[in-house]
Amino acid sequence: MRGRLWNGWGDERFPRTSVQIALFVTCLGDTLSPEAGRATVAILERLGHEVFFPPDQTCCGQLHANSGYADQAQALVERWTRVFADYEATVSPSSSCVGHLRAHDPSLAGRLFELSELLVHRLGVEDVGASFPHRVAYHPTCHSLRVTNVGDAPLRLLRKVRGLELVELARADECCGFGGTFAVKNAETSSAILVDKCDAIDESGAEICTALDGSCLLQIGGGLARRRSATRTMHLAEILASTGPA
Amino acid sequence: MKLEAFPDAARRELADAQLRANLRNATDTIRAKRARVVDELTDWQELREAGRGIKADVLANLGRYLTSFETAVTAAGGTVHWARDAAEANAVVVEVARAHGATEVVKVKSLTTDEIGLNDALAGAGIHALETDFAELILQLDGDWPSHILVPAIHRNRREIRDLFARTIAPGIESDDPEALAEASRAYLRERFLNARVGVSGANFGIAETGTVCVVESEGNGRMCTTLPPVLVTILGIEKLVPRFEDLEVFLQLLPRSSTGERMNPYTSLWTGVTAGDGPQELHVVLLDNGRTKVLRDDVGRQALHCIRCSACLNVCPVYTRTGGHAYGSVYPGPIGAILTPQLVGIENAKSLPFASSLCGACYEVCPVKIDIPTVLLHLRAAAVRAGAPRGERLLMRIAGFTFGSAGRLRAVQRAARLVQRPFVRNGTLRALPPPLRRWTATRDLKPAAPQSFRDWWQSR
Repeated sequence: MRGRLWNGWGDERFPRTSVQIALFVTCLGDTLSPEAGRATVAILERLGHEVFFPPDQTCCGQLHANSGYADQAQALVERWTRVFADYEATVSPSSSCVGHLRAHDPSLAGRLFELSELLVHRLGVEDVGASFPHRVAYHPTCHSLRVTNVGDAPLRLLRKVRGLELVELARADECCGFGGTFAVKNAETSSAILVDKCDAIDESGAEICTALDGSCLLQIGGGLARRRSATRTMHLAEILASTGPA
Repeated sequence: MKLEAFPDAARRELADAQLRANLRNATDTIRAKRARVVDELTDWQELREAGRGIKADVLANLGRYLTSFETAVTAAGGTVHWARDAAEANAVVVEVARAHGATEVVKVKSLTTDEIGLNDALAGAGIHALETDFAELILQLDGDWPSHILVPAIHRNRREIRDLFARTIAPGIESDDPEALAEASRAYLRERFLNARVGVSGANFGIAETGTVCVVESEGNGRMCTTLPPVLVTILGIEKLVPRFEDLEVFLQLLPRSSTGERMNPYTSLWTGVTAGDGPQELHVVLLDNGRTKVLRDDVGRQALHCIRCSACLNVCPVYTRTGGHAYGSVYPGPIGAILTPQLVGIENAKSLPFASSLCGACYEVCPVKIDIPTVLLHLRAAAVRAGAPRGERLLMRIAGFTFGSAGRLRAVQRAARLVQRPFVRNGTLRALPPPLRRWTATRDLKPAAPQSFRDWWQSR
């Protein structure tokens, strides 16, 4: 087993020391948003931890599960568990994939974390030494709120970022309309939901809209870009990895 | 009977800007009210758990509770009818109305009677069914149908209603003031109440131990229907039972706070059989199955029968609040409709409904009886795929599954994507793609595959 030092976590008798952590970058993150994965590595290494990337990893199976292909989804969940079996701690910059995996395999609780959860609830860090002098709106994604239950961990991290001004986002906890294949199968409804989210972001005066899920940011970023909004999207990890004026 | 595919129906509804504005206003108001009165209870989660537990017990022991209910109703002077389907239930009402020579029945707002198409069945027998709930009356006058469980005419605003009344029951009405509109309907309805021989109601709860029927409503028109006519017929879905009288304590807290955002329901009517000299002297209770025992056989889907029709899930649903209820093609719209309708009418007739959700989970969070709607949606999506998914989609899913079966294959697909997307990338974004991705790029840009995937970067570092 790798990551033996994990045993001391959360127990104040043990000094917090370097921990070995496997990264699950997710299929979307790997292909479309590698910057979120790179930022996750940067944050954890800056905090003195060792990051591994199990090279056999692919997808968590959420695409298939949410589309009704339950058997293929199960096969991918089982594949994922095999690939990450040797790691005592795994982190992913996607609350949705983490929630999906934990729902399908309850034994992953305490072993698989979304990034903000890992930092705040397991490593006990809120100030990761980031500096990001911009106005930022935080969109709490549905799965981070209601499936993975990260609570206020992301906000606690953002409040400790130097120079960052957190702006109010109206109807923040309302869905962005992504929903996986929903975005294509029910494209018109998905877009109608997105319009309201983009309106709220534009009205917030934020320069950056951030979230824990690359998938939702794909939707929000796509909507903002289409309307030529001045606001752009960044994954929370990218903000936390920033150390100077961007 | 196949329902229209949700994406097609939704496209049509979304085109109506007035509808969307009306919906947004109305659902925002109810949502805020609900949140306020739910937040003030410290034991809300315990109440939800109690509600869930009672309903689960009822469903697990339904046969016993139903016979107990029948015995109690009969002992109190009522008559119980068992209806396997809509036709059997409708036949009972027609028969009772005919036996009393009624040409019109007055109705309490009831989803169950909408589900079985009672008004049409009565019309077929030459009997007019008058809807007496204010919103239901509006829809009936307009030849329209409900789009919300609790607020059936939520898609109409008061100016539209004033114009409708001017054309129908209140010629010359000018004011669109809610009070004036209510007064117009009151004048129209009062006389009908007094002359009606038969009243028809649904039921919110049936109490197994006492045979009591309970209807909750806000206007008092329902109570007119259940007290003034000498004959009353109540249609009760078999899942509406609760074991004991004191179980109402739980549901009469959960229901008003979840549905209208009120602490207490304004008109709660309870009646047990027949009481000499008081109210209807003839009571018929129709116990309706109409697919419910089929739902009961599904371990995962069964919880849809816990529903107490509060409609909190509609008001928080990002899909419902954009499309409105008509897109769901059933009397049960919104998230609860997306899991209940396919089970009642058969998944093969409503394959697209379980997909009419972004799986955001807001419905589960507010459900007063803790129906895990997202889980049931996934369960029904799998059933829909088993019942036959489009060939193209099946193929794509198989290719995706094969690709994700090995990291090498995923890497090959990533490389191929970078090549294939090249002619479509403009200024670092994808603005127009061929089908099926055109459905994405019609309204949104798409991020192209990154020049260097994460795994390639990791390897190179």
